[in-house]
Amino acid sequence: MAEKLLRFRELGIVAFTLVLIGVAALVEPRFIEWENLRNILRYIPLIVVVAMGQMMVIVSRNIDLSVGSTLGFSAIVVGNLFIQYPDLPLWAAALVATLIGAGLGAFNGLLVAWLNIPAIIATLGTLSIYRGLVFLISGGRQVDPNHIPTGLIQLSQTSPFGIPWLVIFAAGVALATFLFLRFVQTGREIYAIGSNPGAAALRGIAVRKNTFLVFTVCGALAGIAGLMFASRFGYVNPSDTGVGFELVVISAVIIGGTNVFGGSGTVAGTLTGCLLLGVIYVGLAVLGISAFWQLAIYGLAILLAVTFDTLIQRRLGKTKDGSDML
Amino acid sequence: MKAPQRVPLLTARGITKAFGPVTVLRDVGFDLRRGEVHSLMGENGAGKSTLLKILGGIHRADEGEILLGETPVAIPDPRAAQRHGIALIHQEPLTFPDLDVAENIFLGHDRNASFFSLINWRRRYAEARALLDSLGVKLDPRAKVFGLSIADQQMVEMAGALSQKAEVLLMDEPTASLTPDEVRQLFAIVRRLRDQGTAIVFISHRLEEVFEISDRITVLRDGRHVATRERSETRVDEVIRLMVGRPLSSFYEKSAVKPGKPLLEVRQLARRDRFQGIDLEVRAGEIVGMAGLVGAGRTDVARALFGIAPATGGEIVVEGRAVTIRSPADAIRLGIALVPEDRQQHGLLPPFSIAQNISAASLGQLFPNSWIQPKRETAAAETFRTQLKIVSRDARQETRELSGGNQQKVVLAKWLQTDPTLLILDEPTRGIDIGAKQEVHHLMNELSKQGKGILLISSDLPEILGMSDRIIVLCEGRVTGRFSRAEATPEIIMAAATGHKEAAR
Amino acid sequence: MTTKTPDSPVSVRHAGRLLARYPEAVTFLILILAFVISANLSPYFLDLPYLFDSTSLYMEIGILALAMTLVIITGNIDLSVASGLALVAAIAAILHVNLGVPMILVIPAALLTGCLLGLFNGLLVTRLKLPSLTVTLGTLALYRGIAQILMGDHSVSGFPSWFLGMDAITVGGIIPLPLILFGILAVAVGLLLHKTVFGRHVFAIGTNEAAARYSGMPVDRVKLIVFILSGLAMGIGGLLMISRLGVARYDFAMGNELAVITAVVLGGVHIFGGRGRIIGVVLALFVIGFLREGMGVADISPQSQLVVIGGLLLFSVALGNWMRKFQ
Repeated sequence: MAEKLLRFRELGIVAFTLVLIGVAALVEPRFIEWENLRNILRYIPLIVVVAMGQMMVIVSRNIDLSVGSTLGFSAIVVGNLFIQYPDLPLWAAALVATLIGAGLGAFNGLLVAWLNIPAIIATLGTLSIYRGLVFLISGGRQVDPNHIPTGLIQLSQTSPFGIPWLVIFAAGVALATFLFLRFVQTGREIYAIGSNPGAAALRGIAVRKNTFLVFTVCGALAGIAGLMFASRFGYVNPSDTGVGFELVVISAVIIGGTNVFGGSGTVAGTLTGCLLLGVIYVGLAVLGISAFWQLAIYGLAILLAVTFDTLIQRRLGKTKDGSDML
Repeated sequence: MKAPQRVPLLTARGITKAFGPVTVLRDVGFDLRRGEVHSLMGENGAGKSTLLKILGGIHRADEGEILLGETPVAIPDPRAAQRHGIALIHQEPLTFPDLDVAENIFLGHDRNASFFSLINWRRRYAEARALLDSLGVKLDPRAKVFGLSIADQQMVEMAGALSQKAEVLLMDEPTASLTPDEVRQLFAIVRRLRDQGTAIVFISHRLEEVFEISDRITVLRDGRHVATRERSETRVDEVIRLMVGRPLSSFYEKSAVKPGKPLLEVRQLARRDRFQGIDLEVRAGEIVGMAGLVGAGRTDVARALFGIAPATGGEIVVEGRAVTIRSPADAIRLGIALVPEDRQQHGLLPPFSIAQNISAASLGQLFPNSWIQPKRETAAAETFRTQLKIVSRDARQETRELSGGNQQKVVLAKWLQTDPTLLILDEPTRGIDIGAKQEVHHLMNELSKQGKGILLISSDLPEILGMSDRIIVLCEGRVTGRFSRAEATPEIIMAAATGHKEAAR
Repeated sequence: MTTKTPDSPVSVRHAGRLLARYPEAVTFLILILAFVISANLSPYFLDLPYLFDSTSLYMEIGILALAMTLVIITGNIDLSVASGLALVAAIAAILHVNLGVPMILVIPAALLTGCLLGLFNGLLVTRLKLPSLTVTLGTLALYRGIAQILMGDHSVSGFPSWFLGMDAITVGGIIPLPLILFGILAVAVGLLLHKTVFGRHVFAIGTNEAAARYSGMPVDRVKLIVFILSGLAMGIGGLLMISRLGVARYDFAMGNELAVITAVVLGGVHIFGGRGRIIGVVLALFVIGFLREGMGVADISPQSQLVVIGGLLLFSVALGNWMRKFQ
């Protein structure tokens, strides 16, 4: 029965997304024009890449609130590198972005796994530390579009077979996450830790090492997403790039059926969550509804998803409390 | 190497273990032969589970050594136990509900797994299938563990133990929550493993089971090794005598009090699958003992009477009035007090002072205008501190610094402060030393002389026999025996509690 | 903070145990440190009228922190406080500016709105048994989002002049009204927490919720009230901010839940509940206030100050964890 309800959940989100597209198309036929669909396709990869990391963190019974700041951090560093070294090859920029993200994520992991600071508090702290560092590094100055290499911009515009490079990259990240969580021993241990941390420790699973690992990976993905932001929007602004992005990503993951108390969550479900948020984002714009609705919708979505999941679990007699998450 | 039958597979010598001030194991020796089922018996608190957990690497012994064959080994953590071929099956299965059966069998058990080793699912499922088949279990390796019965989860853990090629299997009350059919199935597997040479340590409170499955039986009492017997050379009544042990000494004596009017009458009380059809009466000045094994439903009855997990059926009459009790506040208003079984979890606010703990259930009565008056609080606490001889610096001392016995007295004082008419005492003397125990018994006598009714839940047979005017025995959520003080003997109570029908009647 | 590193582990343990008992002492030391650093950063800092005047900038945070102390001591958390404050301000603006409700009625309505926002959090936590962390993460977004829907990106002005500039009113020519208000509230919450039966319940629930339930305490009701008080603080804070800034905006107090939680934890309140004192939180508030002010006069941008505030939060939680090892 549990399986059935959960499958119903994923299908429900896909169905809801389709209904949303249908309604939008009825009200505003332009919505299903290719240009708009491409717009959705260009927004979603950013969410997907970070959501994959966040999903792994949440599966391990933690949370990372600092992803938006991490994203901003790597974007501003890479942006400033472009100002100083206009000929910086893209692969080097990507490497730098990933390493910066990994470093910041590793710091989160250190705080949670070894200093025993609850993930929510630790990453609430680093959320502001990393954002503050963004300002210190940049001196508050924006990286203007003329400094972003055209090669980078083109990644989100040119497309083999009509699919933007960013989409292909995000698909690759999703596939890699799927393979890691499915076929690598460590991936399975992450589920075990989130499912029953006490049992995991008693069975000799390296809880700390794995916790550290997921935070590092999540940070690395947020780092690379910083570069994607620069590619998608063509500029980097210290007070804008990545601000509030953690809510978008967490909403996507939770809507995608990942249990906030850890232990379960799928790549496919997370993708549906990202799809729904992408459609809402573009849909609001096309329908002429102010983008101000977005935040409220995300908040409502988190509450609905958590309530729904908790009630289902209670119905199934599975009692797992999240008190140790705090 | 000598013949395996001569040198035991595993030997423990001089094992001593204390938790804080309480010593739970004293100089215990134990040996395990290849291909035997060796049962550990003893009352609650005798130290069986602790011994098992030391062998399984969950606790570390303070003193003593463990030998595998003739080599001393250290077992500092569960991983080390696994490396030495020792597997522990916990009372509550340690499973991952979100993962499937095959993963639950292998995760953390694969000694060759490295950080990035890949999983071949087809092989993993095939291996899981083979292990389950070898146990004769019909479980789908792809099914989520979530929602499996306890029995099935145990099978998953057994398969996990097999996957490690464990030579020693430690089973802590594996049958506690199984149905008779499931027990039969489990025993078939245990016998098969034994015949293949696995050594099995088995803990159960059910005598019949122990006599059915064991080759040898070791009895522990108060953390000490009492005796080890071949099953063929002993009998049920001898083991009961060894477990109960000490003669019923005089300090367990309940003073004679002429019972007054009924304080509590319970008819056909039920709560879902926990207990059914409980009839019960407690009169003023009377102590009614409730005996039974762990999990027999005694604590559930207490929790229902106190409104923690309210009854779903039946009738409760307090001092002649039919009542419904939906919360502890309801119960307190009716003059009912519950000294809970788990002192740390449910009884005590450890960082609070003695005075603050004692006032915790009667804040409304003590401070009717909602304003805390520390002087009044301390004064109230001082009365109990002297009356109950709570050993402490002063009433402001934090209760976490006290010994178990004194903590228990604080919890008792908390409830006496509410001036109850009926006290439910759930294991009131578990884990406290003899002196404090005697004082608690003395207090119980005093209370019954004052006309209070007491419902005493205890797994300590001498205590139940010595302190109760009447005894009812629960087994699997039903009353299986009612005895007067004169009728009751350890043997017939044990028999009724284990569902040993012949002895019960 | 042990300034000297004692060489013998015994004295470390001793210091640790002492600090575990009086975590406010650490806060007090940091306060003095913050004061000295700020005074060194700029001579203006030591100007007394200026110093008092500057406190108005963080009194909303202080009021939210008082209520957050209660929430955290029960073992819960309220991440939605800053968003709730903005939503109250938005609703007050709509009521007065768009609907023409007289300000004298808007004030109680705003306070009531705050209470309802807290009630909503509290009901989800006590009735549906959802973790407060997730619930208030959701309402953090929801409340701010509704404020954004209501007001868009505008600064709504048009409040009556008698309501504005509360921070300019001083008592004795030097102590601004918000500071007085905060002082009164701090004393009131302090008394509630440390001197009443209700406060005892709050501590008991955070120490051992099961034992509190077994002692017949009204656990759910206390939690609900605590969340409502947190909502009331949002109401007061929202009105105060309108009065101080003369406008209402959806991005009021954006991200300030961080400063609020930092003040509480830095004040020695145990993040997992059960322990803490209001006096510590008051001290910690001024630590944050002085640091912000000191960095402000030293021309360090507010965004860069985030590094210090966030670092302080992590430091105080890590220090608290370390000290508890000695108990």
